[in-house]
Amino acid sequence: MAATEPRAPLTSVRVGVAEPAGATATSAEPIVSVRALDAYFGAHRAVRDASLDFLDGHVTAIIGPSGCGKSTLLRCLNRMHETVPTARTEGEVLLEGKDIYTRGVNPIEVRKRIGMVFQRPTPFPTMSIRDNVVAGFRAAGRSAPSRREQDGIAEWALRRAALWDEVKDRLSESATALSGGQQQRLCIARALATKPRVLLLDEPTASLDPLSTQKVEELVYELRGDVTVVIVTHNMQQAARVSDRTAFMLLGELVEMAPTSRLFTSPADERTEAYITGRFG
Amino acid sequence: MMKASVSRRSMRVRRAHSAAMITLTLIAALLATLPLLLILALLLKQGAGAVNWAFFTAMPKPVGEAGGGMANAMAGTVMLIGIASLIGLPAGIGAGLYLAEHRGERVASIVRFLSDVLNGLPSIVIGIFAWQFLVRPVRHFSALAGGIALGVMMIPLVTRTTEEMVRLVPDALREAALALGFPRWRTSLTVVLRTALPGIVTGALVAVARIAGETAPLLFTAFGNQFWSTSLAQPVSALPLQIFTYAISPYDEWHVLAWAGALVLLALVLVISLLAKFATRSRFARGSD
Repeated sequence: MAATEPRAPLTSVRVGVAEPAGATATSAEPIVSVRALDAYFGAHRAVRDASLDFLDGHVTAIIGPSGCGKSTLLRCLNRMHETVPTARTEGEVLLEGKDIYTRGVNPIEVRKRIGMVFQRPTPFPTMSIRDNVVAGFRAAGRSAPSRREQDGIAEWALRRAALWDEVKDRLSESATALSGGQQQRLCIARALATKPRVLLLDEPTASLDPLSTQKVEELVYELRGDVTVVIVTHNMQQAARVSDRTAFMLLGELVEMAPTSRLFTSPADERTEAYITGRFG
Repeated sequence: MMKASVSRRSMRVRRAHSAAMITLTLIAALLATLPLLLILALLLKQGAGAVNWAFFTAMPKPVGEAGGGMANAMAGTVMLIGIASLIGLPAGIGAGLYLAEHRGERVASIVRFLSDVLNGLPSIVIGIFAWQFLVRPVRHFSALAGGIALGVMMIPLVTRTTEEMVRLVPDALREAALALGFPRWRTSLTVVLRTALPGIVTGALVAVARIAGETAPLLFTAFGNQFWSTSLAQPVSALPLQIFTYAISPYDEWHVLAWAGALVLLALVLVISLLAKFATRSRFARGSD
C-alpha cells in the first residue's frame, strides 16, 4: 500500500457509501463495556488492561498487526477465550451492564446473545444449508421449534445475510457445496438466526476473494443499527469502509479508540499514526 | 525432460536404482495380498462344492448321513455378533469420544494405554475370563457368555477407530458450535460425532468382521450346539466353532462341510468389509470436497 497518503482515499470510500446512521452515532449507549481486561494463555498475557466501550447498533473495528491480541480480545467478549486450555481472563466485560464473568453466568447464555463468525467458513458438513442456518436456533430453544417456524427463521436469516436468492432452490443440499464466500455468509446467517444483540466477526474476509469480501462488507454495513458488530481485521481499508469506530491494538495493549474517520485522519497516538501510514505492521 | 547438471552416467544409475526399488516394493505388495488369494483359492476348491441351499437351511446331520448344513451355526453367529455389538459399540464409541475430546489429560492417556493392552490380549484369555465370571457361577455354557466375551474383544477395536475418527474433525467446527451457544455435550453429539459418523461406522463394521471369525473366546463360553437354539441361557453354535468341530473330526463328509463353512465365513467377512467401504461415503456426495 502507498506509504505516504493512504488516508484521503479511505475516507472518501467511506463517504461514498453512506454516512452511518448519524442520529444514533452520537447518542448510542454502550452495549458491551470492557473494563481492565487481561487475557492470558498460560503465563503469556495476550491482552493487557484493556478498557473500551462498544456502542449499541454501531460497527466497531479492531485493527492492529498480527499477534497484537485483537482476536483474543474479541474472543473474551463471548467467553470463547476460555475454551482454549490454559486460557483465562481477569477484569470485567459488561453486557448491558452485567458482567458476563461473574460467577453464576452461563457462558452458553452469553454466546446465544453474542454471535460469532470466524476467519475460515465453518459450515457443519453433515447438515444441509437450511439445517446449518437453524442449528443454533434449534439448540437455543427448550422445546423443538416447528418445521414451519424453522423454515421462517431460515429464510429470514438467509435474506438478512444476502444469501437467500442464491440458495433458495437448494436449501436441502450440502452446505459444503457452496463457494467460500457463500459459506461465510451462511455462517453469518447461522449466527443471526439466534437473533443476537452483538455479532463478533474475527477476520471474516481473510480467506475470501475480493468480490466475496465486498459482499460481506456490504452485509456488515446493512446490519448496523439492528445489530452491534465488532469486526477484527488486519485490513485497514476494510476497517475504514465498514466501521463507525475503530480501536487500534499493539502488543496486547489498546493504544487508541476513536470514531473511524478521526482515527484514520488525525490519530492521537504516534504509534497509531505509524501503523496506519504503513511504517510497520 | 529434466535438464539437471548431472552427468548421463549418474542419471542412468539413479534410474536403475529407482526402478529396482519400485520393483521390490511391488513384489512386497503382491506378497501382502498373496495369502488371501491362496486361501480363497483353496477354500473355493475344497468347499465350494458343498455350499448349496441346504447348507444354509439344513441342520447338521449325524455321522454317516449324507448332506446336512449349518443353519444353527449361522443363526448362532448372528446372535453372538448381536450381543457383542450391544456391548462393544456403545462402550467403544463412548470411550473413543472421551479419549478424543480429552486428549492430553492424564486419565485419557491411562485409559488409552489400558485399551491398547486389552486389544493385544490373546482372545483365549478373554474366553477364560468370561468362563470364570459368566459360566462357572451358573454351571452351564451360554450364548450370553459367548456374546459378552466377543463384546469385550470389540470394545478396544471400536474405541481406537472412534478416537481416530473424532480427532479428524476440525477444531474449527467445535468452536463454531460452541460459539452458537451449543453446550459441550450437544457439540460432541450433534456436530463432532455426526461429522465423524461415517468413519465410526466403518470402524464398527471392521470390528464386527474381526470378531465374526473368533473361535477361542467361544470354546468354553458359547461352547457349540448340534441343535437349533436361540436361547441366551443355552449353549449355542457358531460358524467358527462348527468349523473347528468338523475339522478335527475323522469323517471325510464333515471335513468337506468344514471347508464350506470356512468359505462362508470368509465371504461374510468380505461382505462386511465391502459394506464398511461404502459406509465411508457420507450422506452428501463426496464430489465437492
